[in-house]
Amino acid sequence: MKSADSMNRAPLFLLYLNVLIIASCGLVYELLAGTLASYLLGDSVTQFSLVIGVYLSALGAGAWISRFVDQRLARCFIEVELAVALVGGLSAPVLFLAFSSVGAFRVVLYGIVFAIGALVGLELPLLMRLLKEHLDFEDLVSRVLAFDYLGALFASLLFPMFCVPRLGLVRTSLLCGLLNAAVGLWGTYLLRPLLSSRGLSGLRGRACLVIGLLIVGIIKADSLTTLAEERVLGEPVVHAESTPYQRIVLTQNARGFQLHLNGHLQFNSVDEHRYHEALVHPALSSVKSPRRVLVLGGGDGLAVREILRYPSVESITLVDLDPGMTSLADRFPPLAELSRSSLKERRVTIINEDAFLWVGRVARPESSKGVETDHSHALPEGSGRATQRDDATLFDSAIIDFPDPGTFSVGKLYSTRFYRMLRERLTGDAVISVQCTSPLVAPQSYWCIVKTLEAVGFRVRPYHAAVPSFGEWGFVLASPRPLPETLSLSSELRGPSRFLTDKILNSLFDLPLDLARVEAEVNRLNNQVLVHYYDQEWGSLK
Amino acid sequence: MGIAEVTLTRRELIAILLGSPALLTTGCSTVPHLPPAGELLGQSLEIGHRLRDGFRWPSPDTDQWQDVGVVIVGGGVAGLSAAWRLKQNGCEDFVILELESQPGGTSRSGRCELTPYPWGAHYLPVPLPHNRDLIRLLEEMGCVESLNPDGSPVIAEQFLCRDPDERVFVNGQWIEGLYPSLGASNDDFAQLAAFRQEIDRWTAWRDTAGRRAFSIPIRHSTDDAEVLELDKLSMAEWLRQHEWTSPRLHWLVDYSCRDDYGLTAEQTSAWAGVLYFAARLKEPGADHQPLMTWPHGNGRIIEYLASQADTRLKPGIAVTRINPSHENPNATLEVLAFDTASEQPIGFHAKSVIFAAPQFLAPRLIDGFAERTGRSADPFEYGSWLVANVHLRHRPRESSFPLSWDNVIHDSRSLGYVVATHQSGDDHGPTVLTWYHPLCDDDVKAARQQLLKAKWSDLADVVLTDLEHPHPEIRELVTRLDVFRWGHAMIRPRPGFITSRHRRDAAQPDGRIHFANTDLSGIALFEEAFDHGLRAADEVLVAQNSRPSSLIPCR
Ligand SMILES: Cc1cc2nc3c(=O)[nH]c(=O)nc-3n(C[C@H](O)[C@H](O)[C@H](O)COP(=O)(O)OP(=O)(O)OC[C@H]3O[C@@H](n4cnc5c(N)ncnc54)[C@H](O)[C@@H]3O)c2cc1C
Repeated sequence: MKSADSMNRAPLFLLYLNVLIIASCGLVYELLAGTLASYLLGDSVTQFSLVIGVYLSALGAGAWISRFVDQRLARCFIEVELAVALVGGLSAPVLFLAFSSVGAFRVVLYGIVFAIGALVGLELPLLMRLLKEHLDFEDLVSRVLAFDYLGALFASLLFPMFCVPRLGLVRTSLLCGLLNAAVGLWGTYLLRPLLSSRGLSGLRGRACLVIGLLIVGIIKADSLTTLAEERVLGEPVVHAESTPYQRIVLTQNARGFQLHLNGHLQFNSVDEHRYHEALVHPALSSVKSPRRVLVLGGGDGLAVREILRYPSVESITLVDLDPGMTSLADRFPPLAELSRSSLKERRVTIINEDAFLWVGRVARPESSKGVETDHSHALPEGSGRATQRDDATLFDSAIIDFPDPGTFSVGKLYSTRFYRMLRERLTGDAVISVQCTSPLVAPQSYWCIVKTLEAVGFRVRPYHAAVPSFGEWGFVLASPRPLPETLSLSSELRGPSRFLTDKILNSLFDLPLDLARVEAEVNRLNNQVLVHYYDQEWGSLK
Repeated sequence: MGIAEVTLTRRELIAILLGSPALLTTGCSTVPHLPPAGELLGQSLEIGHRLRDGFRWPSPDTDQWQDVGVVIVGGGVAGLSAAWRLKQNGCEDFVILELESQPGGTSRSGRCELTPYPWGAHYLPVPLPHNRDLIRLLEEMGCVESLNPDGSPVIAEQFLCRDPDERVFVNGQWIEGLYPSLGASNDDFAQLAAFRQEIDRWTAWRDTAGRRAFSIPIRHSTDDAEVLELDKLSMAEWLRQHEWTSPRLHWLVDYSCRDDYGLTAEQTSAWAGVLYFAARLKEPGADHQPLMTWPHGNGRIIEYLASQADTRLKPGIAVTRINPSHENPNATLEVLAFDTASEQPIGFHAKSVIFAAPQFLAPRLIDGFAERTGRSADPFEYGSWLVANVHLRHRPRESSFPLSWDNVIHDSRSLGYVVATHQSGDDHGPTVLTWYHPLCDDDVKAARQQLLKAKWSDLADVVLTDLEHPHPEIRELVTRLDVFRWGHAMIRPRPGFITSRHRRDAAQPDGRIHFANTDLSGIALFEEAFDHGLRAADEVLVAQNSRPSSLIPCR
């Protein structure tokens, strides 16, 4: 065969380089898919073994298919190479995008893994058959396999050390695709003697098109929000989902796991006990034998876990907007363990609704002068006192654990209107506590919440606790009645505390000088000053 | 009927209502993606046309007559307010005859399972202390927490528009507030400041009797010539006189005129234009009075007033003729009406009539009106409005400033939309957007005819084409889209009308027929309709020798 003879040794060496690149990229795609699957679906052991299994079997399938190719080997090799470039290169961005429609995600994931595996599996036998004219069989097998394994080693080192930290998943995938496409284009020159000139320019055109597409992808990669997530959170993601209300992401490191809502840390399992003991016990221990407790927000069940330590508590009503949040423990067992499955307790009733609407609906006030019209569709009107009602419908305590007031739809949950409606739901002796962001980072926001509670007639006692994952954190204790000077943990409290003693409890109310009160306006629905304060104070940190 | 013809109408409509840019973007799509459901609504045209064409209604049978002290014609803000005043003064012998099946006129509201929503008026600025009657109404409705020493009301916060109240879509993103401040130059800001300063000057202005230059209700404003001069020129001319050329300022003022009066700045009397800004400031340098709103818009006030009138409010009764008996001033007036449900003519013998239907109907309904009073309704010009309620399965995606109560689209002839669920604090899931579009054409008749001829599908497409600009995915989200065509929506304060004799004389009673509607002020505002309602009721009380609680002198 004249054309084959004209291939000298130099291109042969280059062909080995091709093997190296193909093998590295193939492995990178596999690692990418595995990482992404555990990133997005959680449970990395299962995800990785499934991805590896599918990939290896696909390699076999590809190799088997290769026997049906018996003509125009070189051309077929290049076409396959371009296909790997396209499918592999776009795999990470496509998987990220597919994730928002969760239902189809697994199908897309394993489909892509299988396609890449099959294409890579097809490549090596084709290459070996191309080279078999020039080498004897033993030589051929040993060299190709050596380069193949070398490539794998290369990729497995590069991937965790360079690709993920420096490039991120999406760019890594696109860059590998680019490499594959470049090999394809290069092959059209390298294997020129084996290619017929018919359709050659078309082949090169296609290669250039794939290269162009991937370059555009690299330029656009930044706009993928998920990419940002990966960079911002910094820790490996073990569970992530998007609900109609928010994006829930759980990350894990050697010491524990963390919950992020829309990119904001909600707790770290390492020190959440400090936060939740400080949130719950000052309020509940100030009420004599609390029976009915209201929890607003707190869908992770950790505050409820603390409340359940009071044997006098007969019922807990938890109002959290997002069913995805209150059922998270079902899909992420470590959370169930951490919260001791508190939300499954018989005494707990879960209501998935915007707390503003819920509190407003049940706190329908007596309309003293105005006519009574149908309020079910509107904001509860009138500013009258609460109707005489059955005491059983009132709460002895409320634990308010909303996200920080970073948006207007959360800011309303810290307004005079909200606190007024809430007050109608409380007994006269009730004591409540409110989480209110960091008084150190956001003093105006913190004192704005305190002042807003005061404005509706609550007696308040501001306090703070150090939660290492958050820093210095702020809370307020509030009650329609004057609050005692000294507090002590309830004698009924069951189970060991990990943070609070009577002494520590009282020390929380000693505010250091740098947490001293600052001027702030009252947060009302029609000014939402709190959201503006919060934006300024936390925004300036960014 | 060819497809091509339909397409052309739709495209023409889009071009006419939204301006040509939208035509270019949608020109190539032949079949628009329309909402799955919706209705075309409007004022009862059939009765209106018969009234216009001088149709002779059959007389009521003798047993279809009733005697009543006062007949109030029209159950809009003015008519219902008159009734409220009568009842407060112990006069319970009245009926309100309302043509439509639902009261409220241009302040009415609709309702779906999720929320009520407005069909017209949607806000009321917190009244200044001098507007004591309105403050009293709001107190009765349970909206007032207390009164400040100066008499100004402290409104319960749930009735004040919840923050964020407004945003504007400009250059592809939403920004907070109404003024398109992004990219404004120093000169733009300087002109805005100068404009505000001039408004402040008018806010501070007092005549020798201590009256403000601009006050609402306008009855309290000065009649000093220096101020009335402003009615001679247009708002745009007034801006130019001050050498304010900033396009952003012009846009802000033009938007405000379209929003309040359905006219462009070029068409609006400068008197009315300045009133909009200066009458809602308590004192120079103060913020614009906060706005009160409800999910149903001002429909909530209608609900309250209608509940007070109770069964004396008769919806579905169209007044067809009012016969004063000139010979005998003590004889009763004859009010002929048509019960649209039973399709029977009915009649009332009344001691007084409060005419609270739109003013252009006075010569058509009142026998001998023109001859007796020498007045004509022709100078009363009305603009048309298109209002749509767009029901969404969930809210559109947002990337810049978040969804607010009022959402204005800068580069559109529409006014944008308000969000019905905003005030109830409902920030997630389905909602209803109320979209507004005033037809600012000079040729009111042609514009009205065009509007009334248009089909639902064409109008729905106009609405969605406009909303697609800020919300490209909107068509996928819509579950229902209802369109309301207001043929006679708003009186137009064009230059010269406010100070014209026709307007100033129009509130004078015609014998025992008293007039009450917002048209008499030359501007369409809740406060004006309310004020005229009370005044007309007081005139009736005086005429019937019972003392009104607080007499408003009639100028
Ligand atoms: C789209 C739109 C938005 C607006 N927004 C605002 C706003 O935000 N704030 C504000 O203050 N104002 C607003 N306005 C103006 C406000 O609606 C009016 O000023 C006010 O409602 C007028 O009340 P009225 O009683 O004078 O007249 P109308 O509302 O016109 O009431 C007249 C009534 O008479 C009835 N009627 C007519 N003919 C007959 C007959 N023959 N027999 C019996 N009844 C008859 C009609 O059906 C109607 O109910 C808006 C108006 C429109 C059109």
